[in-house]
Amino acid sequence: MTSPARELLDLPPFGLSQAEKRARLLPMLRTLTTHHAERCAPYRHVLDGVFGGADRLRIERIEDVPFLPVTLFKTHTLASVPDAEVVKVLTSSGTTGQQPSRIVLDAETASVQAAVLVKVAQHFLGRERLPMVILDHAGVVRDRRSYSARGAGILGMAQFGHRPFYALRDDMSLDEEGLRAYLTWAAGRPVLIFGFTFMIWQYLVQALERGGRRLDLAGGVLVHSGGWKKLQEAAVDPGTFRDRVAAVTGIERVINFYGMVEQVGGVYFENPKHHLQAPIYSEIIVRDPVTLAPLPDGEAGLVQVLSCLPTSYPGHSLLTEDLGVIRGVDPEGTGMGGRSFEILGRVPKAELRGCSDTFVAHA
Amino acid sequence: MNDEKLRECFSRSLGIPAGRVSDDLAYNSIKEWDSVGHMALVAELEGAFDVMFDTDDILGMSTVARAREILGRYGVSFDAA
Repeated sequence: MTSPARELLDLPPFGLSQAEKRARLLPMLRTLTTHHAERCAPYRHVLDGVFGGADRLRIERIEDVPFLPVTLFKTHTLASVPDAEVVKVLTSSGTTGQQPSRIVLDAETASVQAAVLVKVAQHFLGRERLPMVILDHAGVVRDRRSYSARGAGILGMAQFGHRPFYALRDDMSLDEEGLRAYLTWAAGRPVLIFGFTFMIWQYLVQALERGGRRLDLAGGVLVHSGGWKKLQEAAVDPGTFRDRVAAVTGIERVINFYGMVEQVGGVYFENPKHHLQAPIYSEIIVRDPVTLAPLPDGEAGLVQVLSCLPTSYPGHSLLTEDLGVIRGVDPEGTGMGGRSFEILGRVPKAELRGCSDTFVAHA
Repeated sequence: MNDEKLRECFSRSLGIPAGRVSDDLAYNSIKEWDSVGHMALVAELEGAFDVMFDTDDILGMSTVARAREILGRYGVSFDAA
């Protein structure tokens, strides 16, 4: 099946107002729900067991689209295509000790995923590839048969860089000498820096602060992703993070990135107001953690992510384990349409167990 | 001659024999040409032909024939095709 997201590829990734976007997405999400119900038995069983029956669904607005908990991909391999059509299986490491999620992609889903990532990233970074510093060691992508979720994230971003430089040694120490040589090669062009949030903090910011040194990366842009848990424990909030990055590197543009391996096409970058912005291919809903009813803007709850991309597996509507809050719609002054939101952290495991057990029992 | 160079780039970066590099060889159709192989290929082509692709080129480089087309836009000619 052709991914419905193809219809949107010629539009700017934030070029629809919230109302226009929802009108485009609703029929696509309906089509995807039917498509997966017909081709993926465990998905159909969940619709029958939890959502009142696959044949009796009434999807009148996006909030009515049934959802799966992301954790279901850890216990089940959910596919809507025959094995022979699978070109790639994505796995997430998740939290240590947990089973990884397994996400199956066919050629269509993989190709639209790549296109959407490029569209969204180009909005922030431009079409030209910038010199790029990756805050990790090269070993993380060396073994192509078994690279981790961290490696996969790096490879996804590395295509936006020109001759990427891995700035950490195998022992995670900062290769300052190599980095300075790379910056000399870059010769004043703006540099893209990418890394996981806690690694940027620990191995770049703190390492430089400890040595009382700084790097001249003024004019560059830092893209970071990954949880805030370790930084929250150290009482570092996003504003502090940005200030301290600027102090040791001169970088004024710091962009947080949110996404998960379980939902291709759900790529969320921070808008200029430092809120994550949903592009035209996806929507965010916040739900009450107990009743699962949708919550009004400004109220914190469980984040549901929707995407019109995935045709090879039923990942178009997922309930995450993240707590978040909708901050605005078509935020003024950003030139971007759609909802903006913030991620507040993870929901404690125990609170979710009852909910996910219900789904697992039916799938 | 550039055709030969193109084939060598594919062969070297993906680690496959030059004989397997045909015009219709496609991204994700063999295990060697996955996303990791693709980044190695991009670096190899940029070095060999002294060009710098933009992100659309990297996304569009889905077959050997497409790679030739894209290189053509950067002034690389393939007359012996």
